[in-house]
Amino acid sequence: MDFYERLMNLDRRWVYLIVGIAVIIPVLNPFRVPVYVTPEVKAIYDYVESLEPGDILFLAIDYDPQAMAEVHPMARAIMRQCFAKDIKLIISALSQNGPGMAEQLISEVAREFDKKSGIDYCYLGYKPYFAIVILGMGQNFRIPFPTDYYGVPLDSLPMMRGVRNYDDVKVVIDIAATNAADYWIINGNGRYNIKLALGVTGVMTANYYPYLASGQIFGLMGGLKGASEYEALSKQGDRAIKMMSIQTTAHIVIVLFIVAGNIGYFMSRKKKKQ
Amino acid sequence: MRGQIPIIIVFISGVFMVIQFFIPHDAGVFFYEYGLDWIIVIGVFAMLLGIWSLFRVQLDKVVKKSPGWGYSVVALGGLFFMLIGGPLWGIEEGTPFMQVFWYIYTPIQATMFSLLAFYIASAAYRAFRARTVLATILLLTALVIMLRLIPLGPISGPNQKLATWILMVPSMAANRAILIGIGLGIVATCLKIVLGIERAYMGHD
Repeated sequence: MDFYERLMNLDRRWVYLIVGIAVIIPVLNPFRVPVYVTPEVKAIYDYVESLEPGDILFLAIDYDPQAMAEVHPMARAIMRQCFAKDIKLIISALSQNGPGMAEQLISEVAREFDKKSGIDYCYLGYKPYFAIVILGMGQNFRIPFPTDYYGVPLDSLPMMRGVRNYDDVKVVIDIAATNAADYWIINGNGRYNIKLALGVTGVMTANYYPYLASGQIFGLMGGLKGASEYEALSKQGDRAIKMMSIQTTAHIVIVLFIVAGNIGYFMSRKKKKQ
Repeated sequence: MRGQIPIIIVFISGVFMVIQFFIPHDAGVFFYEYGLDWIIVIGVFAMLLGIWSLFRVQLDKVVKKSPGWGYSVVALGGLFFMLIGGPLWGIEEGTPFMQVFWYIYTPIQATMFSLLAFYIASAAYRAFRARTVLATILLLTALVIMLRLIPLGPISGPNQKLATWILMVPSMAANRAILIGIGLGIVATCLKIVLGIERAYMGHD
């Protein structure tokens, strides 16, 4: 086997080793990469920034631990931006393992900004079946969630007095790594005409551009890059910005592997023809 | 009669949902909200059924000492710990319930997902070969989309614009075609179920 054939048929263990090294190096020697802000992320930031103190934003946390690295920084940056501006939050977690994600985020950010449950935010928690819960909340938050995550009746929470359904909420931002995002579009925007924006994982991003073009969502954050853009705009944290160096080196290595594989393929084909 | 009653229930429910959507009325809203509440209750019972099924299957493996029965012991242990731990200590941050979630479950899920990076790298290296014209188009498109996530200095801007164009024009056209197809399929299937033509949900054709 000559050099080009070897280049074309590298053992996968070499690929794993080089990708592993490419990920570890920026972890040990962190560096910053420039962030290019896209209009679809800026649209979300601008809208949240335009809200007045006391306005209510609905933050849907619909992801499990496996997508945490990509989308948790988005939720954190939005939550911090809201609390910094005294915007009230209603938070739900409709993914099976979402409640843990949301609880961690709330306890961290609410403590930082000295915000109180029931006064500055209301954490609804989890109920099964995205579509039904989203439809139910469109009628009244109390249908799927008579109590909040901590078992306190919604009617006894000062923040929830007079708050009935999506009509009392300025915007819904769904941070999702599941198809909950589809249900928010179909049932939330389609049925109740809510103003909706999404934050999704990198691989999901392309699927939601049609909804952005049709106006069913007004903003879209895609993967770690979307999160880093939001952090750069809001200046609320820099975890995603830091992690972008890891993603960058990993992507460069993958691109180099693809290029190397194609060089090997063309050169060995050329040799065979000769 | 056993076959007809479910069909009648489905027909009435389906027609009611259509009517209340297009003709909003207080009575309709009342029954709609009542129905939504009901479905959540049914969902909770379905979850109980799932837990019971998990318990039976895993217990069966332990009793019969089937291959890998040790994993079933761990699964049952985890199930009971979380079932009992939640109500006993609470589900707030810092409780044993949340500690198990954060220090056992989360690293397991994160590790499994992280492995994808290695598999994707290996798969991309092997699959993205410019063997034909179509494969070359796919390869170039993938490179442009992938490179938009990397800062490339002066070519970042043009590459970002090209990537956005790919996502907003050809990719969106294909996506829309698929979505419209799915939408029409859903409407057709729903109509068939409501009208009693499609009866697979009853366990037979």
